[in-house]
Amino acid sequence: MAESLLEVKDLVKHYPLTQGVVLRKLIGSVKAVDGVSFSLKAGETLGIVGESGCGKSTVAKMLVNLERPTSGVISYKGEDITKLSGRALKAVRRNIQMVFQDPYTSLNPRMTVGDIIGEPYEIHPEVAPRGDRRRKVQDLLDVVGLNPEYINRYPHQFSGGQRQRIGIARGLALRPEIIVADEPVSALDVSVQAQVINLLEKLQDEFDLSYVFIAHDLSIVRHISDRVGVMYLGRIVETGTDTQIYEHPTHPYTQALLSAVPVPDPGARAHRERIILSGDVPSPANPPSGCRFRTRCWKAESRCASEVPLLAVPAVFPTGPAAHPSACHFAAEKQVVPPPPEDSGR
Amino acid sequence: MLLEVRDLHVEFKTRDGVAKAVNGVDYSVDEGETLAVLGESGSGKSVTAQAVMGILDSPPGRIAGGEILFKGEDLLKMKEERRRKIRGAEMAMIFQDALSSLNPVLSVGAQLGEMYEVHRGMSRKDSRAKAVELMDRVKIPAAKERVGDYPHQFSGGMRQRIMIAMALALEPSLIIADEPTTALDVTVQAQVMDLLAELQRELNMGLILITHDLGVVADVADKIAVMYAGRIVEAAPVHEIYRAPAHPYTRGLLDSIPRLDQKGQELYAIKGLPPNLLAIPPGCAFNPRCPMARAVCRTDVPPLAPVSEERTSACFFWKECLHG
Repeated sequence: MAESLLEVKDLVKHYPLTQGVVLRKLIGSVKAVDGVSFSLKAGETLGIVGESGCGKSTVAKMLVNLERPTSGVISYKGEDITKLSGRALKAVRRNIQMVFQDPYTSLNPRMTVGDIIGEPYEIHPEVAPRGDRRRKVQDLLDVVGLNPEYINRYPHQFSGGQRQRIGIARGLALRPEIIVADEPVSALDVSVQAQVINLLEKLQDEFDLSYVFIAHDLSIVRHISDRVGVMYLGRIVETGTDTQIYEHPTHPYTQALLSAVPVPDPGARAHRERIILSGDVPSPANPPSGCRFRTRCWKAESRCASEVPLLAVPAVFPTGPAAHPSACHFAAEKQVVPPPPEDSGR
Repeated sequence: MLLEVRDLHVEFKTRDGVAKAVNGVDYSVDEGETLAVLGESGSGKSVTAQAVMGILDSPPGRIAGGEILFKGEDLLKMKEERRRKIRGAEMAMIFQDALSSLNPVLSVGAQLGEMYEVHRGMSRKDSRAKAVELMDRVKIPAAKERVGDYPHQFSGGMRQRIMIAMALALEPSLIIADEPTTALDVTVQAQVMDLLAELQRELNMGLILITHDLGVVADVADKIAVMYAGRIVEAAPVHEIYRAPAHPYTRGLLDSIPRLDQKGQELYAIKGLPPNLLAIPPGCAFNPRCPMARAVCRTDVPPLAPVSEERTSACFFWKECLHG
């Protein structure tokens, strides 16, 4: 088995809730991420899916050290990066870069594209000597499919898809090993989404990158990921390979999530079983006891309220495609995604 | 026919020239029918809907031509007073972003009740009772206790239900929903779409669903109109379009979405970018991005021509597209 590049263990991020202005009293905390563990191997894409508020973006921020975890370990090549500071942290950060969701707000409107993409070199001058930078930036523009002559243009002169390419070029500038992409295509039009996804896949092959790909769109995550983790209210509820998760889900939340995705095939309308969840996601400031999904789960029993289900391979599935970690007391297989259509005539 | 849009043209005056947002759109919806208008940003799908509702920002927007027939009467020739009576009572709109479409300083009960006070002349007390009834109807739990709450106290899905309740208040015969579930999470999106479809059946309303999501369309629509650069490029019953698109743009869209049930290879990507509305390419607006484009596509505008009894396509080479 390949060595893990990144190993995340029991990652927790609680944001304090305070009351009062002068005497700030702690009245609780928002448990944005509450015990998340996963690993990422070299050259692999790990997809993290979940609805808004499940903590997926907070995980991303902690991976690139934009947020300090409350507790837990993020070890990169065996070294816990949450404990690092100063020079050592800077060195690690070079290898873990991020691509943001919104290409309209993540690029400084007053800087030229050349300055934006070249800025990482200001912080890590050892990667590119000063005289060499312009050429490097132009190479990067070329790599992401933009005209290298655009180096002096400003972000507003580009469309959304092109801006996202600029964001990707900036992420690549330091030749990182890991790219954390937080909803990199959700702000783009359908026809442009495909271009950017193809670009990300091409770059992965070319530069031997590992991706942590965070998104709410399950179809895109399946397309790009080797392994998938499903998050709900600060925890991973199920994890496995794309086939295990999409074709053999055992956690009720994963099943509901998959069944709710509209499939672009009107023929499937009739014979698809849809699981419609009731209610909304509870507040992470006051999550339900035991299993956090139990307030919306159709299988919930009293045991779910008292006992937190562990993320482990269910005992009922010792082997086979359903044998992957699932945090449910009553894990059971259920096929919700229809098998691929017979006639792929188009 | 409940609503018929004929050869509608809308333009916007901007500092850099006239942007032609809608360039001759025709579509129709009947009672109990769902028409999905599909397109990317800037395709003119929302502007068309705004023209139908009569809420186009003008200036800078201007309806430059065409007819909008509602139950046989041209809305564009109507006196504003009469139009105002129709708007809200006979046709209503559901917007994408419920938080910014609701008034943050009025309780939802007051906003729902206002419909009855203005259009039906009801008293404050009666209208409040009607508001609770509506909230029940869109399945907001504990409607009676929550009628005095403000929009920010509701979750995204609940707020969208309130928008639906408001649109339904006067039992209109036509609802226009502009990306009603785009801002919502998938599990909530499914709840809201189901509710909308159920209420539509119950009240036998016409529904125009404006969206960019091919999945949502497949789930609920009866027929589709695909828009590109302010024109309809293909219109067809929903089953046919997914089986065999008759326009290269539609085909490109369908091929470019990753599927939940398949782990495909490289995605097909439509090359290039949607056109600038200030300078729409001559001939077919899609020609610079089209894999099938030939000389004629760069000079002549293809008409929206019949493919079969129920289908139309604005491509000279629809036959090739359909069979290729």
